[in-house]
Amino acid sequence: MTAVKYGSIGIITLVLIAGLAIPLTRSPQGWLEFPVIPGLEEKARNIFFHVPTAWTTVLAFLVSMFYGIRYLRKRNLDDDLKSVTSAGLGFLFCVLATVTGALWAKFNWGSFWNWDPRQTSIFILLLIYGAYFALRSAVETDEKRATLSAVYAVIAGLTVPFFIFIMPRMMSGLHPGAKGDSSGAGPLFESKMMAANMRVLFYISMIGFNLLYVWLFNLRLRVARLDYRRLIQS
Amino acid sequence: MSALSSTYAVVVKDVQSELRTRYALNALVMFVVTTVSIILFALRGDQPSNTVLAGMFWVVVFFTSMSGLSRAFVSEEERGTSLTLQLIASPSVIYFGKLLFNVFLTLTLVFGVTIVYTVVFPGFTIQSLDIFLATVFLGSLGLASAATIIAAIIAKANTRGTLYPVLSFPILIVLLMTVMSATVKSLDGEPFSEAMGDVVVLISYCMVMTAGSFLLFDYVWKD
Repeated sequence: MTAVKYGSIGIITLVLIAGLAIPLTRSPQGWLEFPVIPGLEEKARNIFFHVPTAWTTVLAFLVSMFYGIRYLRKRNLDDDLKSVTSAGLGFLFCVLATVTGALWAKFNWGSFWNWDPRQTSIFILLLIYGAYFALRSAVETDEKRATLSAVYAVIAGLTVPFFIFIMPRMMSGLHPGAKGDSSGAGPLFESKMMAANMRVLFYISMIGFNLLYVWLFNLRLRVARLDYRRLIQS
Repeated sequence: MSALSSTYAVVVKDVQSELRTRYALNALVMFVVTTVSIILFALRGDQPSNTVLAGMFWVVVFFTSMSGLSRAFVSEEERGTSLTLQLIASPSVIYFGKLLFNVFLTLTLVFGVTIVYTVVFPGFTIQSLDIFLATVFLGSLGLASAATIIAAIIAKANTRGTLYPVLSFPILIVLLMTVMSATVKSLDGEPFSEAMGDVVVLISYCMVMTAGSFLLFDYVWKD
């Protein structure tokens, strides 16, 4: 775990420095210069932070759902602790993705919130996390709380593919990859708009944020276990 | 008894106990009357556009169903009959019985709201009946299937009334957005092929929701 800890800290520091310091130029000459993405210019740097946090949000939700299902099968309360820990981190990353996205939207599209399909989907994810914790606080016994929240996580998870994958491509919107986008389907990093050196840093950032998630998950899970043990003893 | 006839028996039981107290029906009717009159007060005689009308239509349906559909399981818990029901019927039978009852309730509700809207809003004329019927039917099915499993969840929680819309809304947003866009198309009189994408999303939503709820219902229902 120490390797994950220092790895995530190191990688995110690297991404912070490299992502902000490498110059953006119109005709890049070497590896230490990023090409300008038309329409994004300097604001393109946000992609190293916004997309990985959004991705980690979905990953945390899937992990939470996975442990929820495992709880339903095995009835082991430790799985429920893992599920709620992951949901808590997912909520944190969801807020980060929403904030970085809103800032980006302000400077690129003109206002903080435009109800673009992807903004709608991150908003729904926020609501799902909120509802999940509201449900948990409304049930008293541990087993019942674990069961009901696991069921709710799965039910909510069933609708996630609709608004992450189907709606953004069916409706017209401002994000890349929306319906009617002339530059081709799919998000920015899949298309040819991002140069190779930029993509390398982007994937390093992805790895960094995932490691950060793993480290925080481990840390908070240990805290949750200690809390739970103290609760049982008292 | 076969599964089909026991499902039928659960529906009949719910319909009978509903007709005896008329709790859900009265609540639904009063809720529709209240919300529609609030909308009318707010509009003060303005003629809203089709987009606003379609949105308002489903807003009324959503909040009204939030006040009525949770009865399916909450009433069993309140009357203390859920244990008896667990003894005499299998979970899948209970689930489909309650789902059918909620589908009936939602269809009645949508039918009523459609009539009220046609009467009070001159702009609410359905141009493409095929789109409207498909939307209303699939929308009610999807709404009822999501509402049923959430009702089963909150029946076991403490703060039932407030929790129900909180838990249902994130799950129903996808459905609501789709039915709203399809309803606008039916009011604008577009051909059925224009609404094909919405209908496919609605069908897949209903299937995914019903299948998922059916698989998970066991865990919620058994104490």
